[in-house]
Amino acid sequence: MTHRTPTGGSIDRNTLLRFTFNGTEYTGHPGDTLASALLANGVHSIGTSVKLGRPRGVVAAGSEDPTSLVQVEAPFSEPMLLATTVELYDGLVARGLSGQGRLSAEPDPARYDAKHEHCDVLVVGAGPAGLVAALTAARAGARVVLVDEQNQAGGALLGVDEYLDDRPSAEWVADVVAELKSTPGVLVLERTTAFGMYQDGFVLALQKRTDHLGFAAPAAVARHRVWRIRTRQTVLATGAHERPVVFADNDRPGIMLASSARTFLHRYGVLPGSRAVVFTTNDSAYCAAIDLAESGVDIALIVDARAEAPARLSTECAARGIEVRAGQFVTGTEGSSRVEAVLVGDQRIACDTLLVSGGWNPVVSLFSQARGALRYDSELGAFVPGEELPTVRVAGSATGELDLTACTRQGRDAGAGAARAAGFTPGGQVPLPASDSRCTARSGLVLWRVPGSDDTSFVDLQRDSTVADVLRATGAGLRSLEHIKRYTTIGTAHDQGKTSGMIAAGIVAEALGVELGEQRPTTFRPPYTSVSFAALAGRDRGELHDPVRVTSIHPWHVEHGALFENVGQWKRPWYYPQPGEDLHTAVLRECRATRESVGLMDGSTLGKIDVQGQDAGKFLDMLYTNLMSTLKVGKIRYGVMCGVDGMVIDDGTVIRVGEERYLVTTTTGNAAKILDWMEEWLQTEWPHLDVHCTSVTEHWATIPLVGPRSRDVLAAVAPDLDVSNEAFEFMTWHDTTVAGVPARVCRISFSGELAYEINVTGWHGLTVWKALMEAGKPYGITPYGTETMHVLRAEKGYPIIGQETDATVTPQDLGMSWAVSKKKPDFIGKRSFARAENNRSDRKQLVGLLPVDPAVLLPEGSQIVETDRLPEPPVRMLGHVTSSYPSAALGRTFALALVRSGHDRIGETLYVPVEDALVPVTVTESVLYDKEGARRDG
Amino acid sequence: MTVSPLAAWTDRLAALAPALDVTEVPFRSQLTVRVSDPDAIAAMGDALGVRFPAVPCTFSAGTGEFGAVEVLWLGPDEFLVTASPDLQVTIEEVLRGALQDVRGSVVDTSAQRTTVVLQGPRARDVLAHGCSVDLHPASAPRGTCVQTLLARTGIVLQVNDDGYTILVRSSFAEYFAAWLADAATEYLAVP
Repeated sequence: MTHRTPTGGSIDRNTLLRFTFNGTEYTGHPGDTLASALLANGVHSIGTSVKLGRPRGVVAAGSEDPTSLVQVEAPFSEPMLLATTVELYDGLVARGLSGQGRLSAEPDPARYDAKHEHCDVLVVGAGPAGLVAALTAARAGARVVLVDEQNQAGGALLGVDEYLDDRPSAEWVADVVAELKSTPGVLVLERTTAFGMYQDGFVLALQKRTDHLGFAAPAAVARHRVWRIRTRQTVLATGAHERPVVFADNDRPGIMLASSARTFLHRYGVLPGSRAVVFTTNDSAYCAAIDLAESGVDIALIVDARAEAPARLSTECAARGIEVRAGQFVTGTEGSSRVEAVLVGDQRIACDTLLVSGGWNPVVSLFSQARGALRYDSELGAFVPGEELPTVRVAGSATGELDLTACTRQGRDAGAGAARAAGFTPGGQVPLPASDSRCTARSGLVLWRVPGSDDTSFVDLQRDSTVADVLRATGAGLRSLEHIKRYTTIGTAHDQGKTSGMIAAGIVAEALGVELGEQRPTTFRPPYTSVSFAALAGRDRGELHDPVRVTSIHPWHVEHGALFENVGQWKRPWYYPQPGEDLHTAVLRECRATRESVGLMDGSTLGKIDVQGQDAGKFLDMLYTNLMSTLKVGKIRYGVMCGVDGMVIDDGTVIRVGEERYLVTTTTGNAAKILDWMEEWLQTEWPHLDVHCTSVTEHWATIPLVGPRSRDVLAAVAPDLDVSNEAFEFMTWHDTTVAGVPARVCRISFSGELAYEINVTGWHGLTVWKALMEAGKPYGITPYGTETMHVLRAEKGYPIIGQETDATVTPQDLGMSWAVSKKKPDFIGKRSFARAENNRSDRKQLVGLLPVDPAVLLPEGSQIVETDRLPEPPVRMLGHVTSSYPSAALGRTFALALVRSGHDRIGETLYVPVEDALVPVTVTESVLYDKEGARRDG
Repeated sequence: MTVSPLAAWTDRLAALAPALDVTEVPFRSQLTVRVSDPDAIAAMGDALGVRFPAVPCTFSAGTGEFGAVEVLWLGPDEFLVTASPDLQVTIEEVLRGALQDVRGSVVDTSAQRTTVVLQGPRARDVLAHGCSVDLHPASAPRGTCVQTLLARTGIVLQVNDDGYTILVRSSFAEYFAAWLADAATEYLAVP
């Protein structure tokens, strides 16, 4: 049996949409929501409640509905959608939920994106007040954005059949929207919910762009879009939500807000039932009753909680044979899957629908998020905006004003005020439409609940929270609404208490015997309605989740099968496996080739900073622990940087380029941090220094060429360069031509081998790399990755910042006292070196560890203990393994470790717990290979 | 042989037309200049034939000995000079000459960033998906120059008469291109 009216509603009756709900097929029309289509088919029972399993239906017609949660199964499974906000499409499959949905296990194929938008005036809500506000601002020449949650403008007008200027209100709405859309600089966003309002006019809004198209949604169009709106002025015309009255068994399907029933009638041509009882505290429900009666619903009775019913509306009801009883209350209901009778006093009235109106709550969520103070309006029984904000105006029923003409006047004033504040001059006034509305909700009675069974008097229908729960909270001594909200969970469901929060506050005030005006309302927080994580993530997923930084030589690495390691945002070649090789065999091969002949790696990711100015040397002397100003032009020095606490923060090389110019390198991961560090000291502490720092990290491609045959390879590609040990000493640099390209070649070694670092512009990196590979062929030149680099340097005891150090390690701990100047009067960290703590002999110090069994590889991070048997806990930990590798050069495994009093323990045997065993290790100096440095010069 | 950061992206970027015309202009000469002394700034401008921008967040353009040169305001004492390829060494010398012994610095940063020209009817829309700067002509007229974020990469953005010039760090160039191609998706399907 259909519950559709013969005519009316903004639905396309000529088109039939098929959909499936809880396994049964139904039909509806374009323009329907899932909720309206279900009601048209007589389906009121949507799901069951989360804790008690009680049947629940549709309470409201929009996003304030507390109960109609569904899981949409097709086209894509999505949980926790409100049937009242799901636009119907052909093939929709959904089922009712019991409070909790189920996330899809499949990846969501839809696009989600974001867009920034800027405007002078943002208007939230395209009801009558918002439309007039937007029109006023637009005519003044302001850039206007108008957002509205619904699929069509009109707001409250969509739910009534009233006339404006003697014609259907929809025509007036259409005219205004048409003018707005044709005005340059005006953006009208439908299906868009402003869900968050932040400082400085920043508003987030979610637009549902293709949901309503169902299976026909184009894949290329973002399904949801987060609009990131920055506005100078905002007009909130967010309307008001009708609230119910709480009474016993107030949760049965068929019990609905009166205005929502009216909306279902006028917007969707749907009748909520055949025989209805109306329970109200104000006038507005009379209009719903009269409209429904005229559409054929048998209105059994209007129960008006006020002592006197309104005279004129009562007369109108009498003319239609509707009985009105004043001063009475609905005290309970009966029914199973739907309301079957209403109890009024001791009378039982059979019906299939109960319409309730307890007054109106202005939607002040965004105003409150904008830090606007709220004020309790005792006549309205609701919180209303309590102050004016410099950049936020409120208009229409969101202020508590419920008369249509007054609302549009507020809209006009707010629109003009906002435009003026944004620097525009409104011209002539936008004419306000004349309304024929008969009902206003003013002069209502504030009534939160009808006494009855507290256990079945539901305050928050979604949370199954009752009056009994509220009284339990106040009985336990809770007074703050914030505490009671958390204790009872009222207002924490998907609807954030849109219909229940105010009532809960009222019941609490009554229970505590305080005035509501003295109560601070709970804080409104974003989002106003649910926003999916997919929408918030937008395009920041997959390859766009985090930028991947690559060097100019990257394509070669990919082509040659490199596996990559993430270092910060960089992709660095980790190792280059040949067929059949795993990490260990590849790295042993790369290490051996490099130590025995020649290898090369891509070092372009090293941070590089150009330091210029008369005081550059003085500046670097302060930043590094060692002396840099004495470095001669043409020379290079290794340096360590400490924080003010004397702990190592970075290391690298310093090249003196000219009298007043240096080039310093930083570790890959710290490039930006060290540049910031330099700028911070220059700008805050030493602004008098004539120094400027410029990042040139990506200007240069850097290629370390390493191994005893590196000199031969370099000679082959750099014909102008005298590569002899005498002409090109260790820790010097030369500008020359490499492979026909201008290059700066530095003799630096991070492996102990004879090595060069070739720097060319990024544009030449790939070409020069290929030339080196070609020139190195006779020597079996071998590209190596970060793993081999780590092994080679570890064999030499060179620490890696962030691996051997962790912000608690001093240069002295690393055995680098030689890099700490004794002469310099001051440098960052110097003062800390004098602290007693820094001079304790039992600090953790960097040492080498050789497992007694040369085949055992210690896991990095392993703890180190003193005894070969673990004592009762707590066990004293001496330190931990920082690096551990098998070594081709040593023919065994080895490790670096930070060990308490490590420098004094050399030669001792310590123990490393690995799974159930205690592995004995010998403590050695950290330098394990070529201690004499014989290999440095080739 | 030189290889530009977006060499591998030429075809994929060309496929974004006509909604979006994206062209990498590789190997441009670029020099980062730090200077605050007004006389030195004027001397540098004279040497290049283009007045350095005095207004924050703008760039100036001119033609002189080095052809068309642009000077971008990047900070209170920081400018980026851009010119045709292969001029960086000479321009660096000329700027050093103009700077003399006044406090400041000149650094060749030509390969630090690559240059991308973005035009077409959807250019502003596409940028709005990742850039929070208001690019409405009323707010960002021709000559605007800002350092900002596009999605998750820093960029320098110049507003031209017929579109935008974007400078992006070389290592981020492929991310930038991938982001651009993705952001244009909707405008290719629905012109």
